[in-house]
Amino acid sequence: MTLHTSVKRNAYYDSVTLMLLSRELQKLEGVEDVLVGMATGLNLDLAKDLGLADNEFDTLTPNDLFIAAKIDEALISMKAIEDAFNEYLNKRVESESDEDYQPPSLSSAIQSLPGANMVLISVPGQFAAAEVEDALDAGLHVMLFSDNVPVEDELRLKQKAVEKGLLMMGPDCGTAIINGIPLCLANAVRLGKIGVVGASGTGTQEVTVQIHKLGEGLSQVIGTGGRDLKEQIGGLMMTLGFESLIADPETELIVLISKPPAPSVAEKIYQIAKSSPKPVVIDFIGGDRAAIEAAGAIPCISLEDAAQKAVKVLRGQEYEDFTGFSLPEDHINCIVDTSVSKLKSDQTELRALFTGGTLADEAMKLLGVHHNIYSNIPLLPEMAIANLPEGRGHICLDLGEDEFTRGRPHPMIDPQTRTEFFQSHVDEKTAVILVDVVLGFGSYKDPAGAVADSVREIRQRLAKQGKDVVVIASVCGTDLDSQDLNKSIATLEAAGIIVLPSNAQAVRLTDRILQRMKKGVLDVC
Amino acid sequence: MSVNDLFKQELKIVNLGLKSFHSDLKSQGVTTVQVNWKPKAGGKKNMLSLLGKINKVKQS
Repeated sequence: MTLHTSVKRNAYYDSVTLMLLSRELQKLEGVEDVLVGMATGLNLDLAKDLGLADNEFDTLTPNDLFIAAKIDEALISMKAIEDAFNEYLNKRVESESDEDYQPPSLSSAIQSLPGANMVLISVPGQFAAAEVEDALDAGLHVMLFSDNVPVEDELRLKQKAVEKGLLMMGPDCGTAIINGIPLCLANAVRLGKIGVVGASGTGTQEVTVQIHKLGEGLSQVIGTGGRDLKEQIGGLMMTLGFESLIADPETELIVLISKPPAPSVAEKIYQIAKSSPKPVVIDFIGGDRAAIEAAGAIPCISLEDAAQKAVKVLRGQEYEDFTGFSLPEDHINCIVDTSVSKLKSDQTELRALFTGGTLADEAMKLLGVHHNIYSNIPLLPEMAIANLPEGRGHICLDLGEDEFTRGRPHPMIDPQTRTEFFQSHVDEKTAVILVDVVLGFGSYKDPAGAVADSVREIRQRLAKQGKDVVVIASVCGTDLDSQDLNKSIATLEAAGIIVLPSNAQAVRLTDRILQRMKKGVLDVC
Repeated sequence: MSVNDLFKQELKIVNLGLKSFHSDLKSQGVTTVQVNWKPKAGGKKNMLSLLGKINKVKQS
């Protein structure tokens, strides 16, 4: 195998386009490894780590595109790779191109769009802060999807935004719905009376989807970015969003979603909640229940529970913690018994492969009560993957974390990463596979189909050893999403996957099965 | 424009970066402009720093 590189200077393409191109080129016969990217610091480091960089790379700038490939010259030439690259790129550019004028800068875009009021920014993180600053200076609200933005920049930009009374949602903000318009990775939901401020993307998606399924709708959904409630940022955007929803006449009830905030930030939020004239439902996933109640707000035990309580309070109905299932208990027991009866005695392990970080986090919090769950985002340091006893045990992965997305798209955008984990992490000792299937704008066109294909492949593999596996999924999506909730459920069920109506219920069923496996099967219903 | 004023307005969005976000907005009938974005000054740090200084002088 020999390394070949090719450089196109001053040719800029977005990261997702290039990551998907890399994947297409990887499929060519004779290609051992290939990387296509803009020559940003991150991409150059990745190329070096993969042994795909040569001396010319030191002269590149972030405006230069590189193709680096290790190839078997008997099977393929670099010229053929470049031709394939150009062909894929042309196809993609053609499919995305439109007749519209594309101004070359933010300032010229603002001039060409009278009344512009919002800027979405998803450029590489190192360039994002300057663009945000320009947008705020021009008086525009910002949604900042980019990650790798220094926390000092986030603080400075949010302080400026708050001074000007502008939203600065992010960095690393994946989900918002403003005036009924889903932005970036959000689901299609109906308009309504519930406002949400969320510091976690898929957590916010799950709550908004569940509210829609329960027949209510959303007034506004404001994202803050995951670091907003940390001490350094002080909850600047959560506070602004919360106060804006209190002042919004269309919002009758407010839901706040975040991982547990820094104590000082939580206190700030509780003070606003105490004086809120509107009911407030808080899911600080695993947060301080007593403190939330003391602030006059309603605490929750899961994302689904937050949606249920929000809807019940809005309708003036009584509420309690939702700890069960939508299906009758005897039906669930039947599913548990049937599932366990399919497994051999040496099949004992869980493989939870999540594309949504907050959904993975929720799974670990619910499962961690009864089971030792090892993860790349562990609840406790000792539960890190590296500490798996002899490499065996229950595993729950957030496949959207940086360690799995270097040089490749997020698994919600492209299912390839999870497909590979199905192949590498599910084996003859796996008893249960738990997955999320996230629909919506920005997500892959058929995530359910990708999961179903992987499950069929695994079942074929295990069948050779006389084994089967239990697969449990939840679909975070609505009937209005382009991927279609019902179609996605049908696709999964056709592959023998048990589909539950929420992440929390899918996790609870997993818990029941894992617990029953310890006891052994008594009867099969 | 305050956040609550934004809530009363039609969204008009400038998109910098992933074109799929622009396409999704267009498919919903949202008024949006895609910027043909490239890193300023070729992404060179020293040039970016100079540009930043020039802009600050201009603003003052």
